[in-house]
Amino acid sequence: METGQLVAALAAGVQSDRVLFREQDTAPYECDGLTMFKAKPKVVVLPETRDEVCHVLKTCKALGVPVVARGAGTGLSGGALPHADGVLLVMAKFSRILEIDEDARIARVEPGVRNLAISEAVSHLDLYYAPDPSSQIACSIGGNIAENSGGVHCLKYGLTVHNVLSVTVALDDGSIVTVGSDALDSAGYDLLALTIGSEGLLAVVLEVTVRLLPKPEEMRVVMAAFDDVTKAGDSVGNIIAAGIIPAGLEMMDGPAVAAVEDFVKAGYPLDAEALLLCEVDGTKEEVADELARVEAILKESGATMLRVATNEEERLLFWKGRKSAFPAVGRISPDYYCMDGTIPRKHLSLVLRRMREMSERYGLRCANVFHAGDGNLHPLILFDANDPDEVKRAEDFGAEILELSVEVGGTITGEHGVGIEKINEMCVQFSSDELTQFHTVKAAFDPTGILNPGKAVPTLNRCAEFGKMHIHHGQMPHPELERF
Amino acid sequence: MSLVETLCNRLAAKEPVSVIGGNTKAFLAGRLKDEPVSMREHTGIINYEPTELVLTAKSGTTLQEIESCLSEARQMLPFEPPRFGDQSTLGGVMASGLSGPRRMHLGSARDCVLGVRLINGLGQHLKFGGEVMKNVAGYDLSRLSVGAFGTLGILTEISVKVLPIPEKEQTQVLQCNQAEALDMLIQIGRRPYPVSAASWIGGALYIRLSGAASGVESAALAIGGDTLNDAGQFWSSLRDMTAPEFNPVGEWLWRISVAPTTPTNTLDAFCFDWAGGQRWITTPPNDLSPFELAARLGGHATCFARDRESGTGMQPLEPGILRLNQRVKEAMDPHGLINRGRLLEEAH
Ligand SMILES: Cc1cc2nc3c(=O)[nH]c(=O)nc-3n(C[C@H](O)[C@H](O)[C@H](O)COP(=O)(O)OP(=O)(O)OC[C@H]3O[C@@H](n4cnc5c(N)ncnc54)[C@H](O)[C@@H]3O)c2cc1C
Repeated sequence: METGQLVAALAAGVQSDRVLFREQDTAPYECDGLTMFKAKPKVVVLPETRDEVCHVLKTCKALGVPVVARGAGTGLSGGALPHADGVLLVMAKFSRILEIDEDARIARVEPGVRNLAISEAVSHLDLYYAPDPSSQIACSIGGNIAENSGGVHCLKYGLTVHNVLSVTVALDDGSIVTVGSDALDSAGYDLLALTIGSEGLLAVVLEVTVRLLPKPEEMRVVMAAFDDVTKAGDSVGNIIAAGIIPAGLEMMDGPAVAAVEDFVKAGYPLDAEALLLCEVDGTKEEVADELARVEAILKESGATMLRVATNEEERLLFWKGRKSAFPAVGRISPDYYCMDGTIPRKHLSLVLRRMREMSERYGLRCANVFHAGDGNLHPLILFDANDPDEVKRAEDFGAEILELSVEVGGTITGEHGVGIEKINEMCVQFSSDELTQFHTVKAAFDPTGILNPGKAVPTLNRCAEFGKMHIHHGQMPHPELERF
Repeated sequence: MSLVETLCNRLAAKEPVSVIGGNTKAFLAGRLKDEPVSMREHTGIINYEPTELVLTAKSGTTLQEIESCLSEARQMLPFEPPRFGDQSTLGGVMASGLSGPRRMHLGSARDCVLGVRLINGLGQHLKFGGEVMKNVAGYDLSRLSVGAFGTLGILTEISVKVLPIPEKEQTQVLQCNQAEALDMLIQIGRRPYPVSAASWIGGALYIRLSGAASGVESAALAIGGDTLNDAGQFWSSLRDMTAPEFNPVGEWLWRISVAPTTPTNTLDAFCFDWAGGQRWITTPPNDLSPFELAARLGGHATCFARDRESGTGMQPLEPGILRLNQRVKEAMDPHGLINRGRLLEEAH
């Protein structure tokens, strides 16, 4: 299809200055947070009204043109990577907070609203929106819905799926439906759960109603250093075994600590093999109680150093270190590649040891940040994108980590989504019947497959190709093991 | 041949298959058209490691077995599922998607599901989700299947998130009418108190606090009222719906799910739970007006009458949502073989 023709068809229902097609205008949209994958979209549309979104969908469906939705473009799996023959539907202008109901503790927002903007808008009411991805100053709630994003507080307060009451979406044919409601559950199948985490393949999000929580009266964080990652990992199990579910429980390994400390000066001990941040929150009495118990457990578990932040400023500084881990690593290497597997926590030391072996084998450094409470690992592989061989090694290293996650009973992605990045590893985690089932569910929503085609679920052909290539390279770890 | 293999083969041969767990919830949803197979023999806890906060069991395992295993490690199912008799199975709990009083605080059955194995309508035994807290690989078909009454696939294994039993629980009772109770809960909801259940019944508001002893005690002081003595029994009677109010003679019982702040003058509930989100009403037999009422309030109604003979007792779906429901059903069970009659009568 000619670009001019497509632009004309789109401009029939979208104000023309919101339809971009010149190379210099579309170039800024060629990738999301995963910069290893780039593609120029044929057309970028920045709709401002629901009618415009629906017009784009109807037009594209009629013409058989792919539509890729994009929020803030912070995604780390290439979910918002444009389609070279398609339209990139940028939802950033849907940035209004429509309603705040402090009695019901809900907020109704448009999908382009930034995650942190919700908490900021209700802060004066002593309320907040709990899921807090580290990218929260930038990422959009529409993107959070698409990825089912998590944050450092999701062990206690849940993921996006646990904090959203309803979403209004535009379907492939431009019709609009609301899934979920202001009630705690809805009639019929749980289409809300299905929509959340569907990576823009089922529908375009137009509006979101989120649950708000009262701000805890008090939050305290304790930092614990360990001379051994296994001890640090065990201490997490010990805290949970004692019946405590901390608000946040994060771990960093030595290389991550070094990078962060150099960048943020958060007061992290540089000689630590592993650093744990454990936050407890609640009423003053609860916090005092729990903090004392956590400290005792950490000491018993062999912490070499314990420090409780003495004031709010210091608490935020401890967290700033953790939340800046990605950019901090970005300073010590031209590029980094962030992985996202989740593992049963008990396998932590095994997985870390195997990753160290891989690091040597591939000749690439690796720093680890870890949502320790829920087993979600973010190994950061350091490489130089200008060196094609390093890029190749980084990709292979990453793929091997994901396969290791599956091997020990985990998953290839805890919160960043499959996108285009982990599409091959989906063939490792799921059987062809399972993948086919995903495709038929997709077709129930989008029978002609115009929404974000080629992402999230691989075709069986692709898996067959991948299998061939993969086994050729002799990298398939333990093919004899049954999955999980 | 194992039960799972038999069911797979029957479906692969395009034979209709219906399944039940302990058959304690037959009165909910529609009546099965086909003679059901019991999943009770497909039983056993497959994996449980307390420090991972995950339990995986075969779907025919009784709730009783699971809860007693959990309580040995001082853990629990966070969503407090109702137990309609000692034969309730994990599969039945998930298929019906019911949650008890603690749902308002720690989430619903659906919220706690981490993964399932199911047999789809083609007789394929598939695994979705997993045994870890965070997992976004593939569409969330595990949570989709919660509350589907088995119609999207026969659940064979389920992994759920479990949590520690709180160190202390205490229930405060405040005498007040329903409207006052809702007002109070709106105020309390704005404060970070460890409220794990909030229900109104029989002219009193019951607020359960759970957590560290000190936090529970200080919140109880702030909330006021009297401390309930036999709180465990009270909450069980709500959870399992054994309180006499839930078994009205000659009347139909309905659950109305609405926004918790819905004013009390819009529906005449004898009880509410989930801080107002779940309300219970009764009607004369065969009176279907709760559907209209619930729709008007932006919620939905479910009939809990034990003597209802026809229909599904479920809120009719609006056209756009109905169409998606039908298409999802077709995607999972293209020949419409599983649990015929249980839901979505219009679809086939
Ligand atoms: C430094 C950094 C830290 C991060 N930390 C975390 C973290 O702690 N936890 C976490 O979970 N993630 C994290 N992320 C990843 C990312 O921020 C999240 O995935 C986020 O939800 C993406 O939001 P976005 O608005 O940028 O979406 P985009 O990147 O624009 O898009 C992501 C996906 O959502 C789809 N999409 C976007 N908007 C819509 C819509 N309106 N309707 C339908 N589909 C839509 C896109 O098609 C795409 O598939 C981090 C990223 C960075 C760069």
